[in-house]
Formats: sequence, structure tokens, C-alpha cells
Amino acid sequence: MAYIARTTQQIRKFFIEIGELSYFAGRFFKVGFKPPFEFKEFLRQCYNVGNRSLVLVLVTGFIIGLVLTLQSRPTLIEFGAVSWMPNMVGISIVRELGPVITALVCAGRIASGFGAELGSMRVTEQIDAMEVSGTNPFKFLVVTRIAATTLMLPLLVVLGDAVALYGSALVENFKGNVSFQLYFNTVFDALSYGDLIPATIKSFFFGFAIGLVGCYKGYFSKKGTAGVGTAANTAVVFTSMLLFVIDFIAVFISDIFYEL
Amino acid sequence: MKIKEEEIMEDEKPVASKKVIIDIQDLYKSFGDNHVLNGFNMQLHEGENLVVMGKSGSGKSVMIKCLVGLMKPDSGHISVMGKDIVTLDQEALDIIRADIGFLFQGSALYDSMTVRENLEFPMRRHKEKLANVKDTEPFVLEALRSVGLEHTMELMPAELSGGMKRRVALARAIILRPKIIFYDEPTSGLDPITAKEIIELMRSIQKKYGTSSLIITHDVDCARVISERMILLVDGINYAEGTFEELVSSTDEKVLAFFKK
Repeated sequence: MAYIARTTQQIRKFFIEIGELSYFAGRFFKVGFKPPFEFKEFLRQCYNVGNRSLVLVLVTGFIIGLVLTLQSRPTLIEFGAVSWMPNMVGISIVRELGPVITALVCAGRIASGFGAELGSMRVTEQIDAMEVSGTNPFKFLVVTRIAATTLMLPLLVVLGDAVALYGSALVENFKGNVSFQLYFNTVFDALSYGDLIPATIKSFFFGFAIGLVGCYKGYFSKKGTAGVGTAANTAVVFTSMLLFVIDFIAVFISDIFYEL
Repeated sequence: MKIKEEEIMEDEKPVASKKVIIDIQDLYKSFGDNHVLNGFNMQLHEGENLVVMGKSGSGKSVMIKCLVGLMKPDSGHISVMGKDIVTLDQEALDIIRADIGFLFQGSALYDSMTVRENLEFPMRRHKEKLANVKDTEPFVLEALRSVGLEHTMELMPAELSGGMKRRVALARAIILRPKIIFYDEPTSGLDPITAKEIIELMRSIQKKYGTSSLIITHDVDCARVISERMILLVDGINYAEGTFEELVSSTDEKVLAFFKK
């Protein structure tokens, strides 16, 4: 009985959190498009988000490209389809692996960073100080961060994809004697706008989700240093979960368009 | 000459006859079943140093946050410089806030900004109050000079000691030349010597800028030195009121408990 009550309570809490997060997102659209705009802070956040995640995204992308090719090679050789390697790797990286893995890496780096940073600002009354000084802290801290992640994530995805394809080409060059030119020509022949556009749109939503959840968790962090840790931790867990939900919805919608 | 005499006469007026700039009537605030403020009343007069003392969790910080619109009271009336804070919209509230300086308990300096940027921050929103100045440096320098820290302008808050942070926060609180300054536990977490320095600074700032001060503290030494009038906050109400000497010589056990070391 206690178990049922606890589970019911947790489900209730989950839905309340979803409601609050939706309200937070609504506030972003309501406040974010009203002047005055915090353009300088937005640029600073773009630099922070992009710069802080760039190396991580590049290294992860490169390894994913290498590993995917190395793991797929034996199976494709067995079926006599190794010449399809660039097509398979290209499509899977551009359509799915690139955006999802880049977003997950950024969720760990950016969402937790936002959660901890805003959480500590809340605990040390910096957000209150900002409000007392006449600056809207939601606009200055939250809107700029969400806008920066929304804009920067697609760029990071493009860079991550490029490096992943390069990693894959490197393996093919070493193991299959395929030139870089031939490899990339085959990849670009296999790709169409139908692969690129949904993936890019999806990346904007991933970026938005990362910024939104990270800021939400930090902004409403409970008092105390433990609250800052919890904010950072739950930001990563919640964002990762949300990324998969968004991915599922995006794939589902783009699948409908393919059938049309 | 005549104006000067009038000014002197204004300074020498008894506190009660000066203009009321903050008026709190029947303030109530609860958090669930925890009733923090139960009909609190308070008046702050122009140029006055009023100290509100209370135990931890007695609602001092909640009261001061209601005063600047950081919290909404459940009921009651709060008038700051003739404006009802509770019913003001955001725009009007921000205008009032330009005349209020706030020294937070933990200094609340922005970690990611230098001391200069910390001080410039309130000026972004209230440029019109400083006649739309382009060059903020003289203002920043003067505020830092007032607290004796002009050499720290390009330092980050992490490079400052606790006492220095508090002084920079004080400089930030006075940069817009406010009419009222709220001090939330100005000496908490500081060693006695630094605490004494902060109290001296508060006095010199009040003298220099002619501000009214509302000081929330449980530091008896601070209250003795700085207060012109005191309110003891017990169970969410103003339990006792008077000068430091009047309260110290009270026979009420609850009042005397505040002054026992």
C-alpha cells in the first residue's frame, strides 16, 4: 500500500514538474522577445556554450566515426556490401547519431553547468541582488542562456558530424584503401535535404531543451549547497530523458513526411 | 545662510517629527503552516537609522524582502516613499528600487563579473538617474573610494576577503545615490575588527549621503553603535520599540534576552 502511495506521489510530482517546466518555457517566449535585449550577455553565453563544449564534441564525434566504421566493417564485408560503408555511416551520423550524441554530450556539459551556476547564484542571493538593481534576472540569466544553446547546438552538431565523417574516412582509408575524395563524394551523393533538414531542426529543439532544463533546475534550486548539487545532477538526468523524447517525436514526424 | 540654518534645524528635528518614508501596516506572511509575520508594523523616518532585531528565523529577512518587492506579503500595507509596493507593477517597482540600496547578508557579488562590472550593473538599468552618463568610471571610483577599495576595481570577487566583499557590496549599494539603504545582517560572518570597520563605514556613508537606513541584525554591538531607534521582532510582531538605552534598561525578560551575551 505504501509502495502504491509513494509511486502515485512520484507520478504526481513528475507531472507537476512538467507543468512548471512548460510555464517556464512560456515565460521564455513572453519575456524573451520584449526589449530591452541583453545582446552582450547573449554573445558571452554563445561563446561560453560553444567554446566550452567544442573540444568535447569534436573528440566524441571523431571517436564515434572511427568506432562505427570499425564495428560495421566485418559485417558489411561478410555480406559483400563494404562499398556501402560511406552511405551507411553518412546517413546514420547526419540523421541520428550526430545530433543525439552531440546533444547528450552537451547536456552533461552545459545543462549541469547552468544548473550549478544559477543554483549557486540563487543560494548566494545574487539573483535577488540582480532584481533589486532593476534588472530582470529571468531575461539576463535565463533568456540569454536558452537562446545561446538553441543557436549554438546546431553549429556544434555540424562540426561533430564533420569530424565523425572524417574519423570514418580515416578508417576506410587505412583499412579499405578508399581515398578521402571518393569517400566524401559517396557520402554527399547518399545524403539529401530530407536527411539534413529534419536533423538540423531537431538540433534546435535539442539546444532549447538543454538550456531550458539547465536553467529551470538552477533558477528554482532549493536553498543550500546540497541544492546546487541536486540542481546540476537532475538537470543532466532530466535533459537526457527529454532529448530522447524529442528525438522520438522528431523521427516520428519526419517519418510521416517521408511517407508523403 | 538662511538655507543653512534651515538645514541644521532639519537635522536637529526629533526623529518622530521627520517625514515617514517607509510605512508598514499589519504585515502578514506565511509559508504553509509557518506564520512568519503576524501583523508587523514599522515606520522609518527620513535620515533615521532604524535597527530591527530578532532571533534567527523570526522573519527579519522576509520583512526586508517584502519591502523591496522580492516577496509578496499575504496581506498588509507597505508604503515606500509614498508608493504602495504591493500593488506596483514591475516598471514602477524598478523606478522605486533606484532609490533603494540593499546590502545582502552574504554580499551577493556577481561571481562572474569584476568589481567594476559589479558596480556598473545597477547603473545599466537606471542611467536616467545619473543623467545618462556614458563614462561610468568616475561613479565607480567614487563609490569604491567611499569604502576605501579603489585599488580593487579590476579584481574578481573570488580574489577578495570576506570584509572586502562586504565593502564592495556596500559600494554597489550606494552607487545610485539611494535615499534608503537596507542592510541585511551587515556584520554577520565577519571578525570583530572587520565588523567594526563595516559599522564605521555605514555611519560615514549615512553622514556623507544623508541616507535613511534600515538595519536587520542580531549583533548587539552593531545595534548599540548605529541605532537611533530599535524594534524587537518576536513571533512576527514588533514586540518592543525604543532607543537602545530604553530597551536595555527594560525589565521584560524577552527584551533582555536580546542583549545577553
